[in-house]
Amino acid sequence: MKQFIFFVRKEFLHVWRDKRTMLILFGMPLMQILIFGFALTNEVKNTRIGILDNSKDETTRAIIHQLEASRYFDIVTNIPTNSQLEPTFQAGTIKLAVVFPENFEAQLLHTNKATIQLIGDATDPNTANTLINYASAVIIDYQNSLRGQAEFPYSINTEMRMLYNPQLKGSYNFVPGVMAMVLMLVCAMMTSISIVREKEMGTMEVILVSPIVPIWVVIAKMVPYFILSAVNIASILLLSVFVLEVPIQGSLTLLVVECLLFTITVLALGLLISSVSDSQQIAMLISLMGLFLPTIMLSGFMFPIENMPVPLQIVSNVVPAKWFYTIVRNIMIKGVGFEHVWMETLILVGMTIFFMVVSIKKFKTRLE
Amino acid sequence: MRALLILLEKEFRQVFRNPAILRMMFLMPAVQLLIMPLAADYEVKNVKICVVDYDHSSYSQKLVNKITSTDYFTLVDYTDSYDKALTYVEHDEADLILQIPASFERDLVREDEVSLFLAINAINGVKANLGGAYLRSIISDFNRDVRLEWLQLPRQNPQPVIEIASINWFNPLMNYRFFMVPGILVILVTLVGAFLSALNIVKEKEIGTIEQINVTPIRKYQFILGKLIPFWVLGLVILTIGLLISWIAYGIVPVGSVFTIYVFAGVYLISILGLGLLVSTFANTQQQAMLLSFFMMMIFILLGGLYTSIDSMPMWAQIFTKFNPVTYFIEVMRMVVLKGSTLYDIRYHMLIVLLFGIGLNSLAILNYHKRS
Repeated sequence: MKQFIFFVRKEFLHVWRDKRTMLILFGMPLMQILIFGFALTNEVKNTRIGILDNSKDETTRAIIHQLEASRYFDIVTNIPTNSQLEPTFQAGTIKLAVVFPENFEAQLLHTNKATIQLIGDATDPNTANTLINYASAVIIDYQNSLRGQAEFPYSINTEMRMLYNPQLKGSYNFVPGVMAMVLMLVCAMMTSISIVREKEMGTMEVILVSPIVPIWVVIAKMVPYFILSAVNIASILLLSVFVLEVPIQGSLTLLVVECLLFTITVLALGLLISSVSDSQQIAMLISLMGLFLPTIMLSGFMFPIENMPVPLQIVSNVVPAKWFYTIVRNIMIKGVGFEHVWMETLILVGMTIFFMVVSIKKFKTRLE
Repeated sequence: MRALLILLEKEFRQVFRNPAILRMMFLMPAVQLLIMPLAADYEVKNVKICVVDYDHSSYSQKLVNKITSTDYFTLVDYTDSYDKALTYVEHDEADLILQIPASFERDLVREDEVSLFLAINAINGVKANLGGAYLRSIISDFNRDVRLEWLQLPRQNPQPVIEIASINWFNPLMNYRFFMVPGILVILVTLVGAFLSALNIVKEKEIGTIEQINVTPIRKYQFILGKLIPFWVLGLVILTIGLLISWIAYGIVPVGSVFTIYVFAGVYLISILGLGLLVSTFANTQQQAMLLSFFMMMIFILLGGLYTSIDSMPMWAQIFTKFNPVTYFIEVMRMVVLKGSTLYDIRYHMLIVLLFGIGLNSLAILNYHKRS
């Protein structure tokens, strides 16, 4: 036991004395929360649009004014002629063009009917769709204001309630995802690299000839990273509650226990990676391409899993982060209890045991 | 010049004699490019809806039929208990609950007014918003049908109507892959370039071979160039593979000229490799270099405009994107591939990225010391 503590101390010193790495490890969750919390929104606002007004009368001016006033749009150019439309899109300055035909007002007054053309830059189909919807809504509002208030018979109203996230904040979706990402990075990548590094530098030999049981050497390596992750979990939770104002609806104890469970799962994964790779670069590539990207792509936090083709949906089941993400989201946001997450928890426990067994089996105590 | 050529020979040999790395380098991007666009689908579809019908009238039936006949919504369950519906939402089996009140049909006909209730799982805000809006538009369509049934509408519009005709340019089929694939290709080229160059010098430091180079008459700029050129070539090769894959697998043929893409990619790779080299002159261990470049790449990529539109970012983030080479390449890629922009259209992008490249590489040369 005393030997084990010495080894843990040695590993701590390794981590502690590398200030740059420490700084990044603690800075990472902070930065991610900031970026995800404030910079990344799928919300559409202040989009640059262009106006091609062939009519230039009072009605068109009024509509343009309404568009300008909406927070979704930012009118950046007045396009002089139809032929200028395409070059303006190609130069990348606008995402939407609103085109008024000639004699717009006259047509509207005399025939009670006039057409506005909306041209969207569909290189980004979703944005184009949203923009066209928003612009149509503004125009319809204007049209309704022309009519004045008229009561409609037989009307169906809809009341909407947004469950769990009434303000539709993006943060509710990604806080669990960021947690999974950071843990993946700190535990899996850092642990595996630091073990492989000892192999590469040759210091592993020195350790293997010491009287301690080899597997304890490896476990000692995990301890500092486990503590680091615990600190990171705490800082992410604090940041999300106090800075992003994402409340923890469910039980905090349960949440912390689940987080620690996932930490152990990922540490076991790191161990597995280190036992199959011989060089740091390989360990890094495996954890980056094999773990990190699937975590981002297949855990459901960036992209909805139900949209994926079936084979990918099946593959997503072996990504531990998917289960962790579901657990955290359920506890933190929906506020449900253990009875809703027991299955996911069981799967994580099973994965952990599997990784542990495989990596201990593969762990070589002999030198080639 | 000769020294540079010999250095290049050494670097290329090192790359080609490490089959594991080489395989990773080419296979991974290929696999990613084949899988990622399939996963990266933001399009909101397959919204799972659970209908709670307290009315069971012919109108409520009609409404439900109208909703399920779109391929947008899938009916999870048709029940008469709100609590049961809520359990579906808690288990993520339903995204949306539509509750039809007991006197739906009667109130609609007699009172001229009735309210439906929608409860939406809003953890994913975008999906909630779009799903809700779409359901509302179906309901108002249904409402119009009901009115037509009961009222005779006059032929000519008594009130002014503004018609809205919308067209989608550059991607009329609204294929989301066309949007994602060029962007993902940029990310892959960036990742491979930045990581490999960042790790390279550090590896020599860690193994100790850099000492040997330091005592040779090789000049600093020659050393940096010797590291830069092989990865520059590799980057372009990966770009080529990527373009081929996107052509074969997704049928994406650049509208603009491929030449434009290569010219820009050449300039871009110089700046990204410069960044990697700069990182590797700072770091002492591969672990540090990896973590540092990972940290930067993460910020660059997330704020690069691949997933979310830059226009909707707050001011500070928008200013940051002006200093982010990844942003420029993603923009250029999309402009050239989808809109057919020419070298003249992207001249500013080119100039800025070139300036980044010169700046970063000069810094890397300055920061590389032959003395320890």
